[in-house]
Formats: sequence, structure tokens, C-alpha cells
Amino acid sequence: MGTTKKSIIMILVLIMAFAPLALFAGGRSEAADAERHAFIFKNTGNPYGEKQMEGFAEGIREQGFEEILRAPDQPTAEAQIQIIEQLMAQRVKSISITGNDFDALQPALTRAMDQGITVLSADSAVNPASRQVHVNQADSEMIGRTLIQAAYDMADGAGEIAILSATSQASNQNLWIEWMQKELAENPSKYADLELVRIAYGDDLRDKSVSETEGLLQSFPDLKVIIAPTTVGIAAAGRVITDRGLIGEVHVTGLGLPSEMAEYIENGACPYMFLWNPIDVGYLTAYAATALMNGDITGAAGDTFSAGRLGNFEVVPAGDGGTEILLGAPFKFEPSNIDEWKDVY
Amino acid sequence: MSDRQQIQISIDRPWNWKDFFFQWEWMLVAILLLVIIGNSMISPWFLTWNTFIRTPATFLDKAFIVFPMMFVIILGKIDISVGSTVALSAVIMAVSYNLGLPMPLAMLLCLLVGTLGGAFNGFLLVRFKELSFVIVTLSSMIIYRGIAYIILGNQASGGLPQWYSFLGWGEIAGIPFILICFVLAATAFGILLHRTTFGRAVFGMGHNPRTCRHSGVNTDRVIWVVFTLNGLMAAVTALFLTSRMGSTRPNVAMGYELEVIAMVALGGVSTNGGIGRIGGPVLAVFIVGFLSYGMGLANLQAPIVLVVIGALLILSVLAHRIRFVGKKKRNTAA
Repeated sequence: MGTTKKSIIMILVLIMAFAPLALFAGGRSEAADAERHAFIFKNTGNPYGEKQMEGFAEGIREQGFEEILRAPDQPTAEAQIQIIEQLMAQRVKSISITGNDFDALQPALTRAMDQGITVLSADSAVNPASRQVHVNQADSEMIGRTLIQAAYDMADGAGEIAILSATSQASNQNLWIEWMQKELAENPSKYADLELVRIAYGDDLRDKSVSETEGLLQSFPDLKVIIAPTTVGIAAAGRVITDRGLIGEVHVTGLGLPSEMAEYIENGACPYMFLWNPIDVGYLTAYAATALMNGDITGAAGDTFSAGRLGNFEVVPAGDGGTEILLGAPFKFEPSNIDEWKDVY
Repeated sequence: MSDRQQIQISIDRPWNWKDFFFQWEWMLVAILLLVIIGNSMISPWFLTWNTFIRTPATFLDKAFIVFPMMFVIILGKIDISVGSTVALSAVIMAVSYNLGLPMPLAMLLCLLVGTLGGAFNGFLLVRFKELSFVIVTLSSMIIYRGIAYIILGNQASGGLPQWYSFLGWGEIAGIPFILICFVLAATAFGILLHRTTFGRAVFGMGHNPRTCRHSGVNTDRVIWVVFTLNGLMAAVTALFLTSRMGSTRPNVAMGYELEVIAMVALGGVSTNGGIGRIGGPVLAVFIVGFLSYGMGLANLQAPIVLVVIGALLILSVLAHRIRFVGKKKRNTAA
């Protein structure tokens, strides 16, 4: 009983001590005038996302504004909705989001736009009704088709291939997978002996990606190539192939960070892979956000704007009915050039 | 000094200011105030009307399960299948709507699925008493989510009618609809727990199920009803969650069961059973909700928020125990 009384009294004293401070804090308002631009990534602990946020911060600071970088602990739309609400309450000027779901963010993002906040998606799109423009890394069609051609090359034209993706709702991965399937379907004679046996989802979590890779190897002992169009997945697949001593039997390709994949490109688990510079995606997003906010562009196809060190960009129609800004073509990383890139990003 | 005597004391003793003020709920009120003060110190955006009226809409969806879960925990049991029940009922609702069922019927179907899911847990527990409640609800947790995946695969299902978004986003006289529903649910479950024979039977069974059975309480029925209520409220959560997201997928509400159990524990409901009052979990919902919202407003990263909430939970449960030991001594003296 003594303890209770003491602790309650302590808490009351603390409250009284802090109460004036609280009133003081409530009066702070100059922060309201600072122009702040927010970026929401899919989830924490993703090196690709960290690079993207780094580029966004660079682009925003260069223009003299303040950046807010956020990511939920789980790659879900529910968690991103909560972050959007928190950013709306802070009256940020713009929200750039790498969506965890194509449609589920629409109620929250349209509310933000109604409040006068500039909303755009980057890397992984949200539906056209929930954004003013999408900043895309590279042409999705080119990524999808290139990855299938790489798998064809690595499998010597015949055998089983599988895809290890991020979450099943990730719109960028889903779009690339769609183009991979189209590439296969449109060239039946070329790919007659190449069989896509399964699409697995590692949810961009390391442990799940590892166990999904092991599952693929177990279910398909003759598997030739794993295509992982996600940086977490490709690194997990590289790890498993190396640990199991399957280098040369099963090849890994896809989209990976050079710094993480250097080991597997050098040991042969991954003959080659692709990526654009995620720092540049973030940087371009930062300039697109401020251009939209200033009214330099409206997000309509044909608008052009300048993005700092990257030069000029044009808004073009996107495959989903909205508009997008393309960073450029994906870059191929192979044993001959990995050394110079592995320390960059 | 048996547990039974102790409830008698707390029920029958005349009102006095000491009993009134030495309640866990006051501690929670103090924590809530601290959270509010702390939040206003770290973010200039926190102390607004909007925060207190509109923000609850962002975290109340899962709060509907807190009430029946409180009953489950007072019984000395636990139900870890609710997150999966949310997913299954949400998926069946969205899919049946897209197959042509009118939305009101799809919503009823959602409630029915949740209720059946809960009733199935209750049935297993009553029919096969040798099975532990952890194993039973663990199995249904896996089965329900599995069925949701079988129905929808790795897809999302959306395209729900516009009016349906009112549930999660709508307001009546400036107050979110979901907040009004939460208050109504809290009142209903409060009355059920503290003002009915059913509520007394739940407390009694938490203390000593055998005595209860011998004194004529239909203990099987109580277990069955409590788990069924848990399923029903999981479906209510599914209605609100799906409305807020505009679509659903088999992996929604992952981990909701643990968040709900944490809120119930923070609310001073003993996991040994038999102890708890409705006000505690209600306050706990707002403590956890405002705490994570406020830290989000200050743009703290997600892992920090998780650690703070975990620390709050363990500290408060420890504090609760110290207080409870204190109270026991006082009762013995009386």
C-alpha cells in the first residue's frame, strides 16, 4: 500500500511539473511555417528503401526545405495509413509514398489531397486516383522482359524457372511479373522449353525470403533460375544458393543492390543482375514533389521540369491510366563492373 | 484468505475514498495524462481538438476485440485466433460482394463467419476438455488464415460501394462513427460484465471453475458464449478495417491478437483470471493509441515506437502487481 501511495503521489507531482511545459509546447507554432516534405517507404530494415530515402533527403535539402522520412515496421497498408494521418496532422507540404498496396491507400491519400497536400507515389505505385504523379525507376515493360531474357540465357534456353517476389500486393513487383508473363506468352516458340513453375512471396522480409527460397528448391529439384525482382529477395536467394553449394546449378538474377550482391556476383551464384540507382529515384521524387507543389507541373502528360543534377524530365502516360516520370533504363551489374559499384550503393 | 472472499470484499464493502482512489484505473489515467503531456512536448501538432476526436479512428478498429478478449482472459484463458478471424470474415465479405451479393448481406455474412469462427473455438473447448485453449485457438488461427488464403490466394479484393467507407471514415456531428460505436460497445460490454449474472459467472469461473459448476453455473455455456462473442467482435473489426482500407487481403490484421491481448493486460486484467474492470482496457486502448500516434507525429522511427510500447507494458504490469500485493495485505487486515 505504501508503494502505491508513493507512486501515485510521484506521478501527480510529475504531472504538475510537466503541465506548464505542455502549455508552452502547445504554443510553438513557427514549425508550422517550415516547408516540410515527407517520404513513406514500405517498411523499415530495407537497404534499398534507405538509399531511396537518402536521395529524397538530398533533393529536398538542396532546395532549402526540410525532409521527413518514415517507414512502418510491417510492410502493410494499414500501417502506412496511420503514418499518412500523422503527416496530415503535421500539415506537411507533400507526401511521397512507396505504396504497400495499389488501392488500399486511396481513402487516406485522397483525404490528404483534399487537405491541400501534394501526393505522389515513387517506386511502387498507388492507383491513379490516389496520386498526382508516379515516379518510376524504369520502364516496367523493359524490366519484365529483360529479366525473362536473362533467365532464358542463364538456363541455356530450357528448364524450370521461379520468381521470388516481395509481398503479393506490391504493385511494382506485380507489374514486372505481369510483363515477365507476357514476354513468355508472346514468344511461345522461343520459350517452349522454359517453364515458370511458381511465384513465391518473401514479403521483403529476410527470414521469409530465405524460407521461400528453400521451399522453391525443395519443391522443384530441377530448378534452373530464380528471378527475384526485389533487393531483399535476391540477396536471400544468393545466400541460400551459396550456403547449399548450388552455385552453377541454380542461378539467381533479378534486381539487387550492388553492395549486397557483390559477394554473390563474384562467387557466381548470380551471373548478372539489374538495378537503377535508388538514390536517384529518391532525388527525382524530391524534385517532382516540389515541382508539383509550386505548380510548375500538374502531373499531366507532357509537363516538364528540372530535377537538379539529373537534368530535365517529362511526365508521360503510365500503363495504369495515370501518369509517371521515368528515371531511365536499368543498369546491368556483372563481374566486370561490380567492383566499382559495390561501394556506391 | 481465498480469492473468493476477496471479490466479496471488493463487491460488498461500502464506498470509501481509499478504495476509490487506489484503483488501477487511476494509474492508467495518470499514464494517459503522461502520454498526452509527453506527446505535446515532443510534437507541436499533438494538442489539438483533431487529435482527441479524429485520431481515435486510426486505432479503434482492433479495439472492438478488446472487450470480449477481456472476458476470455478473466476466464483465465486466451484466444489467439482473432487476427485470423478478422482476415477470414473480411475476405469472405469482399469476395461474396464481388460475386454479386448485395453489400448489406455481405456485411451480415461477415458477422456470421466471425461468429461461427468463435463458436467453433467454443465448441472444441467444451466438447474436448482435455485440449488446451492455447492449442485450440492456435489451430484455428492457422486454419482460418489458411481458408482466407485458399479463397483469395495472394490477391486483394476491393471495389466495395462508396457508402461503405462511412463505417471507417464517416463522422456524425464531427465525431467519427467508429468512436461512437466504440463507446456503445464499451457500455454494452461493461453492463454485461459488471451488472449481469453472466458477468458474475465469468468472474467466478476465473477464480474457481469447479466451485462455480457445483453452485449451478452452466460453465460450458459461459465458455461457449464468451468465445463466440470474441469471434463476433473480430468480425466487427473486420467491417471497420475493410472500410478504412477500401479493400482486403488474406494477410490483413496480422498480429492483431497480440496487440489486443497487450491492451487487455495493460488494462489491469490479470492473465491468471478472475480480475478486471471494463474501464482499464478502455483506457489502455487510448494509451497505446495516443502513444504510437504521438511518437509518429514526432516522426520517430517504427522500431522505437515498438520498444516504448513493450516497455510500457512490462512496467505497468509490474506496477500493477506491486499495487495488487499491497491491496491484498490491506484486505487481510480488514
